[in-house]
Amino acid sequence: MKARVTVTLKNGVLDPQGKAIEGSLGSLGFEGVEGIRQGKVFDLELADRTDAQAKADIEAMCEQLLANTVIENYSIELL
Amino acid sequence: MKSAVILFPGSNRDRDMIKALEQISGQSVATVWHTETELPEAELYVLPGGFSYGDYLRSGAIAARSHIMPALKAAADQGRHVLGVCNGFQMLTEAGLLPGALMRNASLHFVCKEVMLETTSTNSAFTSHMEKGKVWRCPVAHHDGNYFADAETLKELEGEGRVAFRYADGTNPNGSLNDIAGITSAKGNVLGMMPHPENLIEDLQGGLEGRALFESVMQSLAA
Repeated sequence: MKARVTVTLKNGVLDPQGKAIEGSLGSLGFEGVEGIRQGKVFDLELADRTDAQAKADIEAMCEQLLANTVIENYSIELL
Repeated sequence: MKSAVILFPGSNRDRDMIKALEQISGQSVATVWHTETELPEAELYVLPGGFSYGDYLRSGAIAARSHIMPALKAAADQGRHVLGVCNGFQMLTEAGLLPGALMRNASLHFVCKEVMLETTSTNSAFTSHMEKGKVWRCPVAHHDGNYFADAETLKELEGEGRVAFRYADGTNPNGSLNDIAGITSAKGNVLGMMPHPENLIEDLQGGLEGRALFESVMQSLAA
């Protein structure tokens, strides 16, 4: 089974990389981009298990390694 | 003072640290590979600078979950002293031994230069024999040194005198909150700092300013 984890910066945490990307889009002529936050995506392939078990396992992976919960939020999607 | 340096794949300031510790303590320094699960007897354990695991995922994140870490946490809980410099500081925050996180420099650039540091607290063994308020020169070399913590944590660090070093004279190279360059744990036995005092300990390196920190911790632990 497949799953996707998306890790994003928490509100209030500055994202200088997002700011730089925003500036670059502006210089390419894209107008009206009012904000960009850069994040990370992890695509996981897991040996079969129930959806509930998969969610619980991935949540543990996020808490222990994939996200730094001091600065990041995560969301889990089973695909 | 007996000390040990923990080595990770991608560490590159480990030899600088070992040399500084040997030169200043006059004792040989133990080294520990990250796959070990027990630490040798020592009064000070050091996580050196570098780019452990190529900074993959987040700087220090993978090293912070390596096999030696439970032993280091246990040693810190027992009051042993732990110093993390640069990548070592990043590991200490990732491992939860120090609060907050070290984010990409605000400039987005890797910075390798000298900054001015103010010793802002002499509460811990690391700084108790240093001069409070003194401003000294120290090299930095990092890409992720932008210290962040939530408002409550920051207030706690400031209120408890746990900001050991602050960038001074407008030399903050990374945009860290409150110009924080180094912090200590609640008990004061864990210090993490981005600058490299081990790189300013002999004349060949252009100065001796980094020695005071090592001398302080040695004097404190000898007392």
